This record gives sequence, structure tokens and C-alpha cells, in this order.
Amino acid sequence: MDFEKYLRMDKLPHIWCPGCGHGTILNSFIRAFAESDFDQDKTVVISGIGCSGRATGYLNFDTLHTTHGRAIAFATGVKMANPELNVIVMTGDGDGSAIGGNHLIHAARRNIDLTVILFNNQIYGMTGGQFSPMTPTGDLASTAPYGNIDQNFNLAELVAGAGGTFIARGATFDPRQLKKLYLAALKHKGFSFVESLSQCPVSYGRQNKAGDAVEMLKKQEEDTINFKKWQQLSTEEKKLKYPLGILKELDNPESEYTVRYQKIIEQVNNEGAL
Amino acid sequence: MMKTKIFRPEKRAVLIQGDQAVVEGALAAGVEFFAGYPITPASEIAEGFARELPKIGGKFLQMEDEIAGMAAVVGASLAGKKAITATSGPGFALKQENLGFATMVEAPVVVVNVQRVGPSTGLPTSPSQGDVMQARWGRNGDQEIIALAPASVTESYELTIKAVNLSEKFRQPVVLMLDEVIGHLREKIYLSTSDEIEIIDRKRPAADQDPDQYLPYQLTDDLIPPMADYGSGLKYHTSGLFHDQSGFPDGKNETAKLMQDRLHNKLHNNLDQIILYQKDIRKDDRVAVLSYGSAARTAISAVNTGRKDNLKAGWFKLQTIWPFAEKEVAELAAQVETIIVSELNQGQLIREVKRAAAGQAKVLGINSYAGELIKPEEIRALLEEVL
Repeated sequence: MDFEKYLRMDKLPHIWCPGCGHGTILNSFIRAFAESDFDQDKTVVISGIGCSGRATGYLNFDTLHTTHGRAIAFATGVKMANPELNVIVMTGDGDGSAIGGNHLIHAARRNIDLTVILFNNQIYGMTGGQFSPMTPTGDLASTAPYGNIDQNFNLAELVAGAGGTFIARGATFDPRQLKKLYLAALKHKGFSFVESLSQCPVSYGRQNKAGDAVEMLKKQEEDTINFKKWQQLSTEEKKLKYPLGILKELDNPESEYTVRYQKIIEQVNNEGAL
Repeated sequence: MMKTKIFRPEKRAVLIQGDQAVVEGALAAGVEFFAGYPITPASEIAEGFARELPKIGGKFLQMEDEIAGMAAVVGASLAGKKAITATSGPGFALKQENLGFATMVEAPVVVVNVQRVGPSTGLPTSPSQGDVMQARWGRNGDQEIIALAPASVTESYELTIKAVNLSEKFRQPVVLMLDEVIGHLREKIYLSTSDEIEIIDRKRPAADQDPDQYLPYQLTDDLIPPMADYGSGLKYHTSGLFHDQSGFPDGKNETAKLMQDRLHNKLHNNLDQIILYQKDIRKDDRVAVLSYGSAARTAISAVNTGRKDNLKAGWFKLQTIWPFAEKEVAELAAQVETIIVSELNQGQLIREVKRAAAGQAKVLGINSYAGELIKPEEIRALLEEVL
């Protein structure tokens, strides 16, 4: 299969650090997109600021590299203006859950047909290792030199609670599963969200003595478990592992936001207006 | 997709508020998209679009906050729609970053700011022109902006059409600066038919444009690059980083300089198309009252009644406040002895007037900044004092 057509080959190599998991996410996404029936010319990929934000520059689509945290809000405008477009958002844990957290929950609430891939490396990487809302309590960060006292989000549950209709979690140690999750998310009609655990050996790993990328990926595998197996665990055991896989899937295309707005347009034009 | 139909079939008279006239003007100019957030005294604009846009197959979005409203209209603009948002001072502050983004990626959008008294929550239901400098300098970095200020309901309608046209023509965000009085004032106005209105659409690449050759930020003679809609197959990159003609950042200082200069010059080479004003200055007038927006209403009234008593006074009303009408005000300063700048703030645009006048005329301010209009008799008293 020709994957290069989905990349701007002249923009490579990418800027991500050696050992970074973001390239694995990009790779898995491209493989998923190639298997989807989406038209490359009718697809817009939108990102915010930070390491994840750079993904759009490498992808050969209409791409929009927006302001910090606002990718989903821009994407909402693009999708509403032309619902024929496939709109994909690539965001990070700082971009998507801190400064952009409001847009994330409200887009989920509307159930607008966006596919949001959140690169979760648990740190602000590009700015040099400050803690994010996804940095585990107790970890070290350049702005938490004595240990992080913040509680981290369970982001997948947050977005599910906000009303997102497709929620999944994958991790870079298992790119084949990531690809499957992205493909299912792309096909889903409604708000889909894939939290993608990624490793940052430089900005997170060094401060927390987490080792190199291989060690971090092994730790990722230890800390996670297949969702079906996770469901069999006791309440106490559940707290120790992050479930991976499709965590929520409600198939109801009629509840999608642009579909519902189109019904308003038809109603107003058929039945008369105010 | 539903084909949108163009506007009103017949010319008709209506009694409406300035806020509603903005909605009518935007629809007349081809706007099909609104995204925003409720705020006094601009909420009537959102309400109007919520009611009207579905009728033409357009889209209305009430977003989760002001920032998202600004982001969504830029997204819609890139997807090919004429898009508008509306707010007031506190919301305008929140919109600034993405307004700067729109300037950088050259997305045509219109931002309406129905000004109320600030700072902060201030006086939400009282008029102000306190955001004049926020409109000009509210964002990080040097950047140009077009800002228009209507002084009546009719002008709210006409200048909204103008704002949309200017944004499309120059690929430039345009700010429409109403104030609470103009936004809520009801006047009888005539809505035009579609064939009476000049409508400008952004320049797009040719239908047979080779995607491999497309430069989204091409350096053209007019300095305005043809803009492709997302989804048209040209697959281009849009970024708030300084970018070269291909749309990609290269981190070079020369690229940043080239782009800064182009963004400046695409407007400053065309000031004659952008700067709008009205004036009534007679040869022997010794004083001119310069104003804009609702302040112009009382200024013109004071001058007109003063003239009946043979006061040698004229008036100059700016409809475009940014870019500033430097040449026109310099000419005015050469013509009269004194310019009185009447504005609903502690003296914002007067700084520009003084700079343009460059000592040729004395420049005095008359100001109200706590929620009241300047009364004609206050201006009259100052006119008599000066004359």
C-alpha cells in the first residue's frame, strides 16, 4: 500500500525527539486512514500547539495548525461550514485537556462528527517538561520540582461523561491496536475520541528516571490491560491499570450535530419560520 | 448540499435596531455562518442569526465561550464560507488571540464589537468607545486591522456589508465597532435588494489549478494570495507561524519580514478603498468637530445648530477608524484652526488626530467615559469657547 501519498515527504524528518512516541501515532493513523474509505482531498486535519501540533505539517491533507488549545473549536467551525469534510483533530494532553479542555467537553457534548486523537505523553514536552493535567500525582516536572500534587484526569472517562459517542484508549507499545482504534474512530459518525498514550523519554523520562523509550514502552504495557480483561477485575485492581480498547461506542448517526442542524434547516424551510 | 438563496427579493423599509441591521447587512453581503457567545449589548446579533441563518441553509453556532466563537468563524472561513461573530468589550478581549491568527493566515472574517463601558465588566448596558485601541493593538505583535464604526442603524447595515466586502477583498479580518447606543437604537432603514448591493467574494485559485503548483500564500502583484476552500483538493497547510509562499514555516527572519511587509502593504497600498469618512467643512470654518460612532450624532447636531447662530464650525465623521485616516486628518488640520475630537472614552483616537495634525491645528478633546453620551450643548459650549 502506498502510504507516502499521505505524507509530505519533503517535510520529513520530523522534529520529534529520538524515542518519542508521536511518530508511532502518526504511523498508525496513516495506516488506519489508508484502510478507511475517506477521500484524502475531502479531509482536514487540525492541530493545536505543542509537540502534537506539529503532526499536521507532515500530513498531506488540508491542514490547519491553530492556536494553543483551540484546535477543536476551529474544527467545529470547519465541520459545520461543510459537513461533507472529514475533520480530524490532533491534540496533546496539555493542548487538549488543559487550555483546550473546555472545547473538548463541549464538542463531545454536541456529538459533532470530529475524530479527536489526543497524544498523551503526560507532560508539556515542547516547552521543557512542565506538568500537565495528565501528569500522574507525585511525578516530577520542571514546574513540580518537589513532586506533582495535582490529580490527573481520567480523560477517556471525562469525554465519555461529557457525551462523546466513541471513546477509546490505545498506547504506542501496541501500534496495531492503535491503528484499529483510529480506523473505528474514523468510521464512527459522531464525536470520537482516542486517548493515545505516548512516551516522552526526554522531557518526562529524564526528570522521572523513567529510562529510555524501550523501558517506557514496557512500563506502558505493565500499566495497561485490555478493556475486556479490565472489566473482570475487582474495584481495587481496576484502579491500578488503564484499560485499552474501545471503552464506549454508541451508534446513533441521527444524534450527530450537523445532522441535527440540517434537520432544523429542513424544518424551517418546509414548515415556515419565525 | 442545500443551495443557499440570495437575500431579500424586494427593497423594503423596516424599523430595527443597529444590532439587527448588522444581521441584515451580513446576510445581504453573503454571510452564511455565525459562531459566538451571548453578551450584552451584542446578544441580539446572535439571536438574529440563530433565527435567520437556517432559512438560507446557513449555520449558526452558539459556542462554549468567546474564544471558541472566534476560532469557529476562522474555521468556517477556511472552509469557504463568509463568516461573522459578534461580541462586546470583555468578549472582544477573549477573541484577540484568534483574531491575530486570522490576520496571520489571512482568513476573511468579520468581528462585531458592540462596545460597552469598561474596564472589565464595567457598565454592560451603557455606551462606550473604549475599545478603539483594543481593536488596533489588542493582539501580540505588530499587525494591521480594519475597523469600521457606524453612527446610525442605516450605517450599521451599510458598513456591515462593507466590512464583509473588505474582509473578502483583502483576506483580512475586519472589526465593526458599534456601541451600545447604536446597537440598541431603533431607526427606520431601507433594506436593499440583492442586485443593488455590491458583493465581493474572495479571489480563489482557478478551477484547473495544479495542486502540485499551488502556493496558498503566493506573492502576487496585489499582495493578496488566491485562497482555496478546504476540500477543494489543493491540500495546503495553514499556520500561525510565519510562513513562506507554500504556507509552511521556515523559521527564517527574511520570511517573517517579507510576510510582515506584505500584510501591511496589502492594506496600505489600498487606503483609498478602505478609508471611509463623511465631512461638512466650509471654506471659512475655523473649527472642526471630529468624531465617529454614536459620538458623531451629537457632534453633528451641535455643529448644525451652531451654524444657525453663525458659528464657523464644521464636522468630520470617520467611518473607518483603522487604518487611521492620516492624510485626510492632516488636510483637515491644514484647513481649520482647531479640531475638537469628541469620543466616548478618556481620549483614544485623539492621539492619532494629534499625530496626524502635527501641530498644524490645535487639537482638543471632549470626552465622556462613564456611560453617557456627550450632549450637544456641551459641544456647543466648547465651540463657543474656542471661537
